[in-house]
Amino acid sequence: MQSYLNILLFEVYRVLFLLVPVLVSVAMIVWLDRRVWAFVQKRRGPNVVGPFGLLQSLADALKYIFKEIIIPASSNKVIFILAPIVTMTLALIAWAVIPFSESFVLSNINVGILYIFAVSSLGVYGIIMGGWASNSKYPFLGAIRSAAQMVSYEVSIGVIIINVLLCVGSLNLTDIVLAQEKIWFVIPLFPMFVIFFISALAETNRPPFDLPEAEAELVSGYQTEYSGMMYAMFWLGEYANILLMCALGSILFLGGWLSPLNMYPFDIIPSPLWLILKILLLFILFALVKAIVPRYRYDQLMKLGWKIFLPFSLVWVVLTAGYLLYFDLLPTV
Amino acid sequence: MIAHAIFFYIFSFIAIVSAIMVTVSKNTVHSVFFLILDFISISCLFIMIGAEFLGMIMLIVYVGAVAVLFLFVVMMLNVAHQKNIFFKSNQGSKHIPIGLFVSLIIFFELIIVVGGWKYKPELNNISSLETTSISNTHSIGYVLYTDYIHLFQLSGMILLVAMIGAIILTYRKREGLKRQSYFSQISREKIDGVDLVDVEKNKGIKIDV
Repeated sequence: MQSYLNILLFEVYRVLFLLVPVLVSVAMIVWLDRRVWAFVQKRRGPNVVGPFGLLQSLADALKYIFKEIIIPASSNKVIFILAPIVTMTLALIAWAVIPFSESFVLSNINVGILYIFAVSSLGVYGIIMGGWASNSKYPFLGAIRSAAQMVSYEVSIGVIIINVLLCVGSLNLTDIVLAQEKIWFVIPLFPMFVIFFISALAETNRPPFDLPEAEAELVSGYQTEYSGMMYAMFWLGEYANILLMCALGSILFLGGWLSPLNMYPFDIIPSPLWLILKILLLFILFALVKAIVPRYRYDQLMKLGWKIFLPFSLVWVVLTAGYLLYFDLLPTV
Repeated sequence: MIAHAIFFYIFSFIAIVSAIMVTVSKNTVHSVFFLILDFISISCLFIMIGAEFLGMIMLIVYVGAVAVLFLFVVMMLNVAHQKNIFFKSNQGSKHIPIGLFVSLIIFFELIIVVGGWKYKPELNNISSLETTSISNTHSIGYVLYTDYIHLFQLSGMILLVAMIGAIILTYRKREGLKRQSYFSQISREKIDGVDLVDVEKNKGIKIDV
């Protein structure tokens, strides 16, 4: 019994050691997002609370906590309350398999990439539940749009992941990073990296694919009826998902925790920091895209997903497999 | 080992209860949510017996895609309303024999499978997989595309036929639908769009579009 308790406490400690930094960095990343967005538009952005406005997210969080939670009378109450909880939980549990260095990973499972893929495909339920349970037109429209969009872009992300897995020969995230010691996959698979980036934008409902929210037409979609802390949980889950997609992109294509060159000035930086730097780089790209690209129309979005990305990445799978087979480069088990 | 057993019973309890709730609950959307819960707990059971690949695929395919489409259909069609009509009228009773027939077949199949598993243990040992050294993803990969390639292709074909059938059943050509063509938009020249016309005084002009 004592040993079980010890194991349990140790695991709780490890989980908190990962979760607390992730939650803090989600708050910071919201600030960064708004700052980048503002700089592109020649504004200042949030710069009042704390140095450079760094504590703005904290102030926002306090505001959300003390606001009243309003539950619409005609809503389906259980599912209405469950929806933000599902969104945030799913956004956080996926971090369990992200390797920050060769030894620093919460759970080094064999099917890590499938786990992340499964969890991110479950993410759509938070949105559908929220939209349906609100029992209101705009949230429902937003939820339906979002479900169709996320299911469509998951397909192309899956095919892109197959490309990487062909080069690695393992579903383990640590193995995927270690396979990039010679060359990062962003160089041989550059078109796939671009498509992955765009699909990740669509998967996380970021602009230019933020049709589920579309504040101009749907008054922010599935979140319309939510207020206070429940709204903040949706929002935290969304940003945690964006960070997760950035982390996945850096692990699949940018070599994870590996330094660009394995030599003196680069290797003094500890490996978790490299992963964090790559995540930040991808996130700044996300924020720039938000600032400079107009929103897609719905039929254009579907056309892009099904008629352009899916065939292109399927063809690329055939090319990659053919190349690896012909030059006898297929990874051995 | 005790912890393993406890988790096994928790997950199987959730699976069975939610499977019952799928049929019992009044609201069809709730049924679908219980179905999702059922899928998730079954995939947890898969992971617990060491079949992590199957468990994850179960989550991705059934929960991530199939159940989303179920939810779509149920939410859009307002099935709860239709179901009430179905049960209040006498129309429902003529489908009961078919339902009984199908459930009887499933029942006998279950008896055969469970009986075979109980009384003929050698039936289990058809697979000669080496499960000790490689992960089960690798072992599935070894047999799926070699020994079972024809079954694999056949199931793919069945899915393809089902997909084409569904498209043919639901496809209807709609007239007067405006579609965007990127190519014609980009390849438009000034000469196609702009026309300079001399208009006579007090006569106006008729424009063909």
